[in-house]
Amino acid sequence: MRKALGAAGLLVGAGLAIAIASPHFMTAFNLENLLRRSSLFGILGIGATFVIVTGGIDLSIGSIVCLVGVLTPWLLVEQGVDPWIGVLGLLGVSLLLGTLHGVLITRLRLQPFLVTLCGLLVYRGLARGITGDQTQGFVGGFRGLRQLGNGRIPIPGIEGFTIPVPFLVLVVVAIGAALLLGRTVWGRYLLAIGRNETAVRYSGIDADRVKILAYTLCGFLSGLGGLLFTLDVGSAQPVDFGNFYELYAIAAAVIGGCSLRGGEGTILGVLLGAAVMQVLQNGITLIDAIPNNVEFAVIGTVILIGVVTDESVRRVIARRRPEGRGSIP
Amino acid sequence: MTPRLSAHGVVKRFPGVLALDGVDLDIRGGEVVAVVGENGAGKSTLMKILAGVLTPDAGELRLDGAPLLLPDVRAADRAGIALIHQELNLADNLDLAGNLHLGREPRRGPRGLGWIDRSRLERDSRDLLRRVGLDLPPTTLTAELSIGQRQMLEIARALGRSARFLILDEPTSSLSAAETERLLGLIAELRAEGTGIVYISHRLGEITRIADRVVVLRDGARTAELSGGEIERGRMVREMVGRELESLDSCERALGEVRLEIRGLPMAPEAPVLDLDVRSGEIVGLAGLVGSGRSELLGAIFGVAPRSHGRVRVDAREIPPGSPPASVAAGLGLVPEERGRQGLVLEGTIHENLALPGWRRTSRRGWVRSDEARANSRSVVRSLDIRPGDATRAAGTLSGGNQQKVALGKWLPLEPVVLLLDEPTRGVDVGARLEIHRRLQELASAGLAILFASSEMEEVLGLSDRVLVLHEGRIAGELPRERLSEEAVLSLATGSEAAP
Ligand SMILES: Nc1ncnc2c1ncn2[C@@H]1O[C@H](COP(=O)(O)OP(=O)(O)OP(=O)(O)O)[C@@H](O)[C@H]1O
Ligand SMILES: [Mg+2]
Repeated sequence: MRKALGAAGLLVGAGLAIAIASPHFMTAFNLENLLRRSSLFGILGIGATFVIVTGGIDLSIGSIVCLVGVLTPWLLVEQGVDPWIGVLGLLGVSLLLGTLHGVLITRLRLQPFLVTLCGLLVYRGLARGITGDQTQGFVGGFRGLRQLGNGRIPIPGIEGFTIPVPFLVLVVVAIGAALLLGRTVWGRYLLAIGRNETAVRYSGIDADRVKILAYTLCGFLSGLGGLLFTLDVGSAQPVDFGNFYELYAIAAAVIGGCSLRGGEGTILGVLLGAAVMQVLQNGITLIDAIPNNVEFAVIGTVILIGVVTDESVRRVIARRRPEGRGSIP
Repeated sequence: MTPRLSAHGVVKRFPGVLALDGVDLDIRGGEVVAVVGENGAGKSTLMKILAGVLTPDAGELRLDGAPLLLPDVRAADRAGIALIHQELNLADNLDLAGNLHLGREPRRGPRGLGWIDRSRLERDSRDLLRRVGLDLPPTTLTAELSIGQRQMLEIARALGRSARFLILDEPTSSLSAAETERLLGLIAELRAEGTGIVYISHRLGEITRIADRVVVLRDGARTAELSGGEIERGRMVREMVGRELESLDSCERALGEVRLEIRGLPMAPEAPVLDLDVRSGEIVGLAGLVGSGRSELLGAIFGVAPRSHGRVRVDAREIPPGSPPASVAAGLGLVPEERGRQGLVLEGTIHENLALPGWRRTSRRGWVRSDEARANSRSVVRSLDIRPGDATRAAGTLSGGNQQKVALGKWLPLEPVVLLLDEPTRGVDVGARLEIHRRLQELASAGLAILFASSEMEEVLGLSDRVLVLHEGRIAGELPRERLSEEAVLSLATGSEAAP
């Protein structure tokens, strides 16, 4: 909870600084866009969180975003597949890819880094191969379906600001995820596995199934994110669609208080983390004094400062209070 | 002049705990000083201060009369002080030679390049390993060692530093009888060579054998110092606990129907198989030397170790091999050998640990019922008298005895029908051990079937209704309560008597 507070502080601080530096930040158009992007990355971040709290990692997120993002218009437009079948089929595929990662990691005892690194390579390769590197787009069609990604819902009584539909999707996903992590036995197991998997096994819990669940959810949410991204943008280029998105998702989780050692993390924190990432990116675009090509350097530095500050605070607190790392009330 | 290390008025405070409250300790070369006290009395804390791991809040250290400052472990190393920690500190992925010389590898070639002189490294290692009786090539991977062997490796590492003062914090808690003998012999040798030794153990028998002086700590204060004829079990217990400890009365329990039924379980490849019934109300002990296969046996029953054939039934329900969830569902529980690694989530709170196996039960369709779980934890804390009783503390900050109570207590809310315990009181002080034993007897009286393995003779003799003695992966014999004696167990365990 303390870390989520830190992320909230970072968000407000960065937001204020950018608002002062650029008049374009606090406009309805910009904020709306920011909310949309943050929601999309928030969905990916939640997926990454499930895996990270178990002490694992998923590097294939960006490639699954690419696979689903590219194949959705390809199936619907080029192949003329029924939209329902196409969309649900691709979401199903991303879910199964996640399950496959989980099975390889638990049953064959392969390392998560390795399995999902191969995933990163394979899925992007597949997407590029299937489409022959051709950009896939909806060419103005499927307006109803695309509302899921680029739709805007007006707020009665407020002019000029609308709620992006992906934000509503995120709210549903986040509530589900928070309940799963905080109120179900699965959540307890996920967190405990991140701290001491051996002790969890010795407690008579099927740790393998819990870990498979984590990778399955991450795969599914990556696919859902990929779908929304492509519906929002309207077209996807297989070479770079979703590039580095796994790193954005992991960074969001870490800023939001996940420990890469596992056992720690909250959904609220990840959402704030995802927003921080987007605000920073937005700020770099808006503030003319910062050239756009140093984007990664700025984001990297801010994350590092955040993590170092947090670690220092943690040490001071630990010196005063001998409590557990427990997040469970 | 004999070297002399002393501590004066040492104070150490942890958040919420005064671990040491002005303690004095004096060690001279060529003597063995034993430090005894209950779990949490501050023994390890004092030793860590002597070895530069912790810095005291007040008080001072002196070496040969001159003030000694130990800002870190390296400073202690230079002063000739070596500490063998209560918890093992070995790198599993290194070979034995690597661990023995970690941080002080013999170099060759130009300075600063860091080339390691492998041949010297291995030669030195072989000598050290031989001294502690580890007959293994120095290139063996550390991960392959048993706990007892790891402990001996730690001791060899400290010997390699040729320290003037050697501190051993519970070195024997995971050693077999033979290894313990070897270590005690080694300590006698070192003492004769003039090394000053501090020895900590909850096994008071060892202390009466080797200690020249005994310092007793209670609640962070030094309460007594014994020497010569005063070093005697009853006296030590009295000073440690502050009162007389009544002994465990062997209560007669009525045996009920068979709860745990084992048929044809292989004890080792090509060894004969085990048939065993444990009845409701019965406590069966597994005795034998370390390495005789007790832990593997318990693990195979519970499902955390492989079981190639043989059958296990709980209340006539078949337990499939390799499935702890099925075992727990059938009413089995296991308190494993290594509580820090297998038994507890050390970073988690006491409550998280106590609730972990029981979440299935304290949930409805997957939704946890936190209130019920918390109430369960509270009642376990109360019934086992876990101290401090604040369930939001991290389990890792508890003393050894209290950690063990948590490892046992996490099964109680599940109301198991069979409880398996591997070394139920390793590293637990006399008072807490008695409490745990009493509690196990009560559970048995209430109908639980208990199967436990222990390398402590006292525990085997005091707790068991019946003892199976294992020897090299086979059952050397079975001893009913009437025929139970130390000699009977030992002669079976060492294989000097055929099974009756
Ligand atoms: N890192 C720590 N943080 C907080 N409290 C601690 C820490 N280390 C020790 N303590 C507390 O200090 C007290 C003394 O602990 P210490 O480990 O010295 O006991 P001990 O005599 O070695 O016990 P045992 O026989 O169980 O090993 C205990 O109350 C313990 O809970
Ligand atoms: Mg200790």
